[in-house]
Amino acid sequence: MAALDATDAAQELPTPEEEIPVNALLALSRLIDRLSERVGHTIYWLVLVAVLISAANATVRKIFNYSSNSFLEIQWYLFSLIFLFCAGYTLKHNEHVRIDIITGRLSARARASIDIFGTLVFLLPMAALLMYLSWPVFVDAWTRHEVSTNAGGLIIWPARLMVPIGFLLLILQGLSELIKRIAFLKGMIPDPSEKHAERTAEEELAAEILRSRGDLAIAEEIEDIGVGREDKS
Amino acid sequence: MTAFLIANIAPLMFAALVVVLLIGYPVSFALGAVGIGFGLLGIELGLLQPTLLQALPERIWGVMSNETLLAVPFFTFMGLILERSGMAEDLLDTIGQLFGPVRGGLGYAVIFVGALLAATTGVVAASVISMGLISLPIMLRYGYDRRLASGVIAASGTLAQIIPPSLVLIIMADQLGRSVGDMYAGAFIPGLTLAGMYAAYVIGCTIVKPEWAPALPVEARTMREPDGSSGNRSLLVLTILSVAAAAAYWLIYYDQYNPDTATDERVVMTMAVGVGTAFFASVVNRLLGFGLLSKIAERATFVLIPPLALIFLVLGTIFLGVATPTEGGAMGATGALIMALGRRRLSLSLLRQAMNTTAKLATFVVFILIGARVFSLTFYGVNGHVWVEHLLTGLPGGQLGFLIVVNILIFVLAFFLDFFELSFIIIPLIGPVADKLGIDLVWFGILLAVNMQTSFMHPPFGFALFFLRSVAPAKEYKDRVTGRLTAPVTTGQIYWGAVPFVLIQVVMVGLIIGFPGLVSGGLATKEKIDIRNIRIEVPTEQLGPGGRRTRGSLEQDDASKALEEAFGSEEPAAGKAPEAVPNAPEAASPAAPK
Repeated sequence: MAALDATDAAQELPTPEEEIPVNALLALSRLIDRLSERVGHTIYWLVLVAVLISAANATVRKIFNYSSNSFLEIQWYLFSLIFLFCAGYTLKHNEHVRIDIITGRLSARARASIDIFGTLVFLLPMAALLMYLSWPVFVDAWTRHEVSTNAGGLIIWPARLMVPIGFLLLILQGLSELIKRIAFLKGMIPDPSEKHAERTAEEELAAEILRSRGDLAIAEEIEDIGVGREDKS
Repeated sequence: MTAFLIANIAPLMFAALVVVLLIGYPVSFALGAVGIGFGLLGIELGLLQPTLLQALPERIWGVMSNETLLAVPFFTFMGLILERSGMAEDLLDTIGQLFGPVRGGLGYAVIFVGALLAATTGVVAASVISMGLISLPIMLRYGYDRRLASGVIAASGTLAQIIPPSLVLIIMADQLGRSVGDMYAGAFIPGLTLAGMYAAYVIGCTIVKPEWAPALPVEARTMREPDGSSGNRSLLVLTILSVAAAAAYWLIYYDQYNPDTATDERVVMTMAVGVGTAFFASVVNRLLGFGLLSKIAERATFVLIPPLALIFLVLGTIFLGVATPTEGGAMGATGALIMALGRRRLSLSLLRQAMNTTAKLATFVVFILIGARVFSLTFYGVNGHVWVEHLLTGLPGGQLGFLIVVNILIFVLAFFLDFFELSFIIIPLIGPVADKLGIDLVWFGILLAVNMQTSFMHPPFGFALFFLRSVAPAKEYKDRVTGRLTAPVTTGQIYWGAVPFVLIQVVMVGLIIGFPGLVSGGLATKEKIDIRNIRIEVPTEQLGPGGRRTRGSLEQDDASKALEEAFGSEEPAAGKAPEAVPNAPEAASPAAPK
């Protein structure tokens, strides 16, 4: 029941971005948020690029009987770029899946505390270690001009470099989330975990169906649909 | 204390995982942190090599270069574009009109459209929302029982999880080290059987409680001929014509001339011939103005063509061997883009939203996998897999005992976890055990996929129920057509409506265990699919299990080694390296139960 009723929790509070930063840390957090947004909004175009390359590759291979491993490799390069660089962006939008069947009923303050704990104990150490360990791997690939062993394969270091950069972006966003949570606990900003700034794909779909059927009045009410994945698991 | 730690580190690690996950912090980071924390502890205790964590970059590399996972964003993107193309609305309207005049007809229409949408691409939320907004109001208007109506919508939406192409099956294939094509081929019959069982339940309801699912009254049947007849006779003729063409193709082309063709190629091509016939007849009829077809026959043909064309584009190319499952996803996504463009439904904002949602979904999915791989590095290092194996192989009843316990476990966990978490955390643990017990992993994967489908329908957290709740009327409202005040659908009704369908799901799990042949139907094309996927599944030399693996991989000068290693031969490749386990001296295993 709680999972469903949570839909009603949509609030009119301004998002943190709209607040005037009250100190340097919040300013930093805001800067990081903007960086993550910029990166995310740029990187997501690669979804389309990867789709088109993959479809074209299959078609060309079938029709012209021509294929190159570089076409296959570029696809997973792009995919890696997407998920590594969007890690921070996804964190900013609070879309990394959680199991909140127990903690979902807690107060916003308690959840902020959990996030602070998790960021410090889980996220930052893990991301820092992975960034630290993956850097030498890139340096190695760079100095040796390592190339994929598949015939016609791509040069490897760019892909190796994505890992430390991706985790760096994740760490930065983690710090930003940390600052926002602490500021929230201190009463300086509204709850940063509410994310109703933009409609989800589900809300858009519902609104469009209603629009096309002439239920405009209901379409306005649809704002509350589908608060997101973290409500289930 | 130290001795206790050493002896029980694997169970302790698992317990820590459960606690940490329940804290409610994102799963991916919690998983990874437990892996790293216990890794450091294990090194401290002398259980693990100090270089163990050096293997982490290669683990991430393995995730990056995994071509199978690419299918996840492709199919997600396809689904997001497709759901906004208006195809589902057209289907629900037309099929609703077609089946509506029968008792329970709207229920069958929902199931039929649910299965059809599931076969184009699987997005449970989108199916449920479309049906909840389009079919539910009609069902309520004409007096359907609210529990039946909401149950059938939620359940039909979850068909997207089991009918190929579905994300569950892709991830299951990846985690079990089997080909996606085999999973798809194997899942067809169970998926269609499930749809059939849902329909059977509706039939049962119309017999026992006819008032639960009345036929649409005459005034609600909008697609009628000018003279007031239904036009179904014309549709029947067209159907017979198409079926006859398909049957002729099957019997003459295949049975007479090409008897060796694989079953699924036959099915794909035969269906294409049947559908093509209907389409051709409708087009000719319209272009030449014969007026031989009734309104409903023409409508039905034209709304069925887009989904069937997409199914052919995705599944057809996969089964015919033209595209890998990953490329099938990309083809489908391109097809969906073209279709949405053609229907003038593709705007820049829709495109952006679809890419945005896809990127975020792909990210959180892959990060759960990364977390799980970090976790498993340590867990296997401390012989956790041996511990799990002892737990599960020690069960009474051998194979059957194992299957029953595992299914109950998954069923219960599905209340709390969704299939991404189940697949990445639980499957790598139980897959190797299943393989050791001689269980076919394709069959096993599909069995678990059917089981996990329930996670969408479990009250109160089921995803499908959640989305249905969000679009079902929660307040009393005035019906647009009849003007009558209509009672809302209560949350309790949605929950109770789902229960019979969860039971059907359980029955289906039992059926698959009882009749394994339900799954293996499509395995005839095994060789063909394996050849195409061989690139992904290069089985490499054993690197040895547990902590003795991958040490010093950084020093390997040969990039191919690194790649090979990344491609597998480690733990998730349940089927590939069963021999790896005996290498682990079990006596020395700290976790082995005494």
